[in-house]
Amino acid sequence: MLDLSKYQSIGAALKDALDEFSNEVCLIESDREREKERLTYREFKSRALPLAKALQDAGFAAGDRAAIIMTNQSKWLISAYAIFYAGGVLVPLDYKLTPEEQWQLLEHSDARILITEYPIWRQLNAAEGRKAAANVRTVLVTEAPPNAELAEAKRWEEFQGSGEPTLVPRARKDVACIVYSSGTGGRPKGCMMTHENYLEQCVALTSLYPFSPGVRYLSILPTNHAIDFMVGFFGPFICGAAVVHLRTLRPEFVREAFSKYKIAYVSLVPLVLKNLQKGLQARFDALPPGKRRIFDALVAINKAITKGRPRLGISRRLLKQVHDPFGGELRTIIVGGAFTEPQTLQFFYDLGIPVANGYGLTEAGTAITVNDLRPFRADTVGKPLPGMEVRIVNPSADGIGEVAVRSRTIMSGYLNEPELTAEAIVDGWLMTGDLGRFEPAGHLQLFGRKKNMIVTEEGKNIYPEDIEAVFESLPVKEFCVFAANYIWPQRSMVGEQLLLALHLEPGQTYSEKLRRDISARNSKLLNYKRIHGVVLLDEDFPRTASLKIKRNALAEQIAKLDRATAFLPI
Amino acid sequence: MRTLEQTTQEVLDLASKHFNVPAGSLAPEDDFFKKLGIDSLQTLEMLSRLENHFGIELPDYEVQGVSDFRTLASRIQSRL
Repeated sequence: MLDLSKYQSIGAALKDALDEFSNEVCLIESDREREKERLTYREFKSRALPLAKALQDAGFAAGDRAAIIMTNQSKWLISAYAIFYAGGVLVPLDYKLTPEEQWQLLEHSDARILITEYPIWRQLNAAEGRKAAANVRTVLVTEAPPNAELAEAKRWEEFQGSGEPTLVPRARKDVACIVYSSGTGGRPKGCMMTHENYLEQCVALTSLYPFSPGVRYLSILPTNHAIDFMVGFFGPFICGAAVVHLRTLRPEFVREAFSKYKIAYVSLVPLVLKNLQKGLQARFDALPPGKRRIFDALVAINKAITKGRPRLGISRRLLKQVHDPFGGELRTIIVGGAFTEPQTLQFFYDLGIPVANGYGLTEAGTAITVNDLRPFRADTVGKPLPGMEVRIVNPSADGIGEVAVRSRTIMSGYLNEPELTAEAIVDGWLMTGDLGRFEPAGHLQLFGRKKNMIVTEEGKNIYPEDIEAVFESLPVKEFCVFAANYIWPQRSMVGEQLLLALHLEPGQTYSEKLRRDISARNSKLLNYKRIHGVVLLDEDFPRTASLKIKRNALAEQIAKLDRATAFLPI
Repeated sequence: MRTLEQTTQEVLDLASKHFNVPAGSLAPEDDFFKKLGIDSLQTLEMLSRLENHFGIELPDYEVQGVSDFRTLASRIQSRL
């Protein structure tokens, strides 16, 4: 691994990594059963530098912004490196957003360049929102068919400069990426992450989960996500490891990839981990009674042996039938993006498959705490990573209060949002809005949220304000969307729901027609953004002088109602 | 060559069989996330079944944002 303390920027560190590990494989790209590409670091460099040169020839300079909207694939990483090399700021956007949302964020980020895939461009090009994002002057499209209609976009494969590009130096405190943690509604939250944020986070994470040449990481979480960007790109690259991309994310191809490519690390969201658990449990339950007794005995032995720390070699031999389908090289499943239930973590640990659960926010530079597995503690999210100061603000009698974090991995602020930044970072401490406490051994435990938002099991952050637009012109007097747990606090991080608070017109009733209208609008939202129920209110919503809803005051009104009777599922 | 109506019916039949819901209880305009109570992962499993049934490959991007059977059937139809 490179000594990152010597580097000022992601681009400079990656440049040296590409030379240091030039003969090692860095990327494998597979589509279903076909391997599409296998690149060494030298080949990666030879693909990226002509792109960096073409960007520079097009006037792209230090601090200019370039967005990537792509599924996980080699061209994502090649493009990102070219942007960093040219001194640019990367804006990684979620390919799962709608085209209108993507244009909104493209406009907000002030990206000059957009790099995307042809199928995504087809949809973006047809969307209305395109007109507003006049800042996007160059569009590069990958994998377009020969006769494709590209409008003004250029082919990524042909966008190549000749000659050597210049590595543009950047300082540690310069912004490296603008990462949207949420906010596709009225107020996008673009986290300005500095080069230092990534360099420091990378040192901390790789000290716990080391990469080296020959080690392979399976990239499933979207690369725009902070976790995959770190452990599916920057981390493995500065250690000379390899990243495996799958172009088709069906469960059968993911399963096959583990053994085919001898995967050592993978990051998953809790939903996928739970699904894996379900599949394994069904296999165990189908064992004949005799075999099941032997299996249970082996699991019991494994539990005893791994009580203090994981012992991968022994677990792999002891529970061969469980480990073999994972390829036999799996070291750790990293789970992130949302809270994972302790019983799921324990299930895997008992089988000798360590699951590194942690706690993090995009604003904090990926992870704040990680379970170091020495010993494994399923009921916590682990201890603070090296370099992280974590404290509990205003703890109640039981020690639970808001989690605050200070470290060199904390973002410099939200793009164009000084007020939001001032609310989030107070005296250098990032106020997370999550409730937690430390247990005696120094592990952090989480107990719900203070803020009005939810995180789904798929790791999606949903802010109620962002989905209100779909209910505009609903034939009621007024409405507002809330996170149910924000109204009725629950000491839980799972099963969060959104509710629609309604104040009907005088004499209006909550009719079947109205319910259907709400349901139809709800179904226009992506499935993870949908509301789960309705709460009816009799009084006018409290409003400010400028007629904005006072959300906090309204939440207090709703909180007086009994959740069991007031929450009407739709 | 199947018509879109036939393809849609086959999608509905397969979904009802795969998720154990009574035949005829699903309609083309139904939102399959809601109607079947499934998550994105289960949807991917359903897509694999549909690919095998129709003998096609349905790239992930083709079904991005699709949540009703009719649209899903039309995406399949365009690849038959």
